[in-house]
Amino acid sequence: MTQLHTNTASASAGGTATVAFLEVRDLTVKFPTDDGVVSAVNGMDFALERGQTLGIVGESGSGKSVTSQALMGLLKGTSAQVTGQAMFQGKDLVTLPESSMRKLRGRNIGMIFQDPLSALHPFYTVGHQIAEAYLVHNKASKKQARAAAVDMLGRVGIPSPEQRFDEYPHHFSGGMRQRAMIAMALICEPELLIADEPTTALDVTVQAQILDLMSGLQEETNSALILITHDLGVVAEVCDNVLVMYGGQCVESGPVDDIFYETRHPYTLGLLNSMPTLNSAAGQLNPIPGQPPSLLDLPKGCIFSARCQYAELVGDGVCARQRPELTIDDGHGKRCHLSGPQIITIRNSR
Amino acid sequence: MMTFILRRTGSLVLLLAAVSFITFTLFQLGPSDPAAAACGQECTPERVAEARVALGMDQPFLVQYVDYVRGFFSPRMIGAPGAQTLCEWPCLGKSFQTNENVADIIGRSLPYTFSMAIGALVLWTITGVGLGLLAALRKGSPVDKFIVGAASVGVSLPIPVTGLFLLLLFVNQLHVLPFTTNEISSPFGPQGPGAWVANYLLPWIALAVLFSASYIRVTRTNMIETFGEDFIRTARAKGLAPRTVTFKHGVRAGITPVVTMLGMDIGLLLGGAVLTEQIFSVPGLGFTAVHAAISGDLPVTMAITMLAAFFVIVANVAVDLAYAAIDPRVRLQ
Repeated sequence: MTQLHTNTASASAGGTATVAFLEVRDLTVKFPTDDGVVSAVNGMDFALERGQTLGIVGESGSGKSVTSQALMGLLKGTSAQVTGQAMFQGKDLVTLPESSMRKLRGRNIGMIFQDPLSALHPFYTVGHQIAEAYLVHNKASKKQARAAAVDMLGRVGIPSPEQRFDEYPHHFSGGMRQRAMIAMALICEPELLIADEPTTALDVTVQAQILDLMSGLQEETNSALILITHDLGVVAEVCDNVLVMYGGQCVESGPVDDIFYETRHPYTLGLLNSMPTLNSAAGQLNPIPGQPPSLLDLPKGCIFSARCQYAELVGDGVCARQRPELTIDDGHGKRCHLSGPQIITIRNSR
Repeated sequence: MMTFILRRTGSLVLLLAAVSFITFTLFQLGPSDPAAAACGQECTPERVAEARVALGMDQPFLVQYVDYVRGFFSPRMIGAPGAQTLCEWPCLGKSFQTNENVADIIGRSLPYTFSMAIGALVLWTITGVGLGLLAALRKGSPVDKFIVGAASVGVSLPIPVTGLFLLLLFVNQLHVLPFTTNEISSPFGPQGPGAWVANYLLPWIALAVLFSASYIRVTRTNMIETFGEDFIRTARAKGLAPRTVTFKHGVRAGITPVVTMLGMDIGLLLGGAVLTEQIFSVPGLGFTAVHAAISGDLPVTMAITMLAAFFVIVANVAVDLAYAAIDPRVRLQ
């Protein structure tokens, strides 16, 4: 499996630099506001290959959606300041001008949003909106676009697509709407698909169907998928690699099994602990105490230190004073001052 | 869609019936006595009674109302028994002042009011929606701030101020436009469309300054809200051109409140723009209504009141239909 983190230093030294399909380096997003600068994303690094699924996990406000919007170029033309690099097919998505970015959107990078009801235009038929996505990037007649859209609606499992084409979003159920969104995002067969909480607004019974559908279509087209979610169950089901985000930073990253079974960061442990299980007593939840830090004024030290119950194990107030670097060991990165043996002890004691 | 149109039209007829009855009742209950006013200088109780019979006011209230309404559908006779005169269809009564058919008076005034309303409407819709959209697209920029500021000034200027100022500047000082004349009431007259525009341009501008201010504000607010919607982000994520995103996806969704305003304003304006018509001496409905009201000419006043109500109601139905055309979700209900 390709590494989530490419090591440029060794690659350039060896002279055999293989360029990843998508390589993000030091991606930073800041929003200047009247109250100060909001640091939404602070130096994200990751790489992704075709056919792979990367899960980005974190609480609300951890910067996962902003990361995806920065990659999609949707922050261009706003007050957001995006810096760093995001190489995709030899182009840097961060510096690419809006006019060129527009040609990539929908054509090479597709996006699925959280709430399909508000993400679909209420005044146009579902079919029209899908055909529109096809027409922007393909020289085709309206008839051909319709045929392509009907075909795509069928592929995402919408029954009698020929009739459903002419219906409006409000005629569709929640699950059907998300299928239509997926059809819209995939009609040009983009090589990269970004799904921002695609199952959050759906019934639990529908969630699994939508995930299966996305994984199936991804396999068919051999595309890369970035799945943004706060649902660790979803991550376990479909992801190859996982990035755990906190306060706009990646705090832990690696292959999905490592994240779940060899957790190296107290925040990830907290996330896993806070998932209710069938065995836990009724009414018994284990939330992480405290609140996420204000992005207006991030702490000088470890961003998680204020909520971390293991900070004193490191001692000497190091956690509050010094921001840890992301240390990668065997493809598994953590941003924590705790030593390996310390974290193993903590992991085994819970 | 068809049942929707039928239902709306049905409610329109009911509303009109109600409006005509209420207006008629109000004028019956009013303090003025048309018979006393009509009998002239040397008035005796006998002559008042005669006048009352001549005006049909000796009849019971409901009979008078039914007679009046009958005139909407067919010609009828008006006047004292033995001295009746024909009031042709559509009969809205006869003027107490000139004994002229009210329908003729209104027919004469309407083209002036239409001429004023149509031009003003086009002008303020283009400037109001256009500037509002521009301000929304450039939110927070100096352009936006200037437009919003200008709108606040425009909405605070009363018609007499803008109207007189425009007359002073363009007619009196610069001599680029003529004084308004009542010889031109349509673009199809012998003087041609150019003279029609020149004749009504100043009243159009005066009305547009007043009205476009609120259109700028409503358009701006709604467009800013719409541009923040998820479906706009989706449209951008599809790779659509900015123009398509703004107009096809943005404006169509954000424009509905403007359509409502437009409908109401057309209805109100067609009922007569009293101040504007006075200042520019345009003998439209508003002008005629004021003069009829001052001289106690009840049939004329009542007919114009009813007509104004009619325009507002029709405009309302038109707004509903426009809504259904714009927003497919409305057609469901």
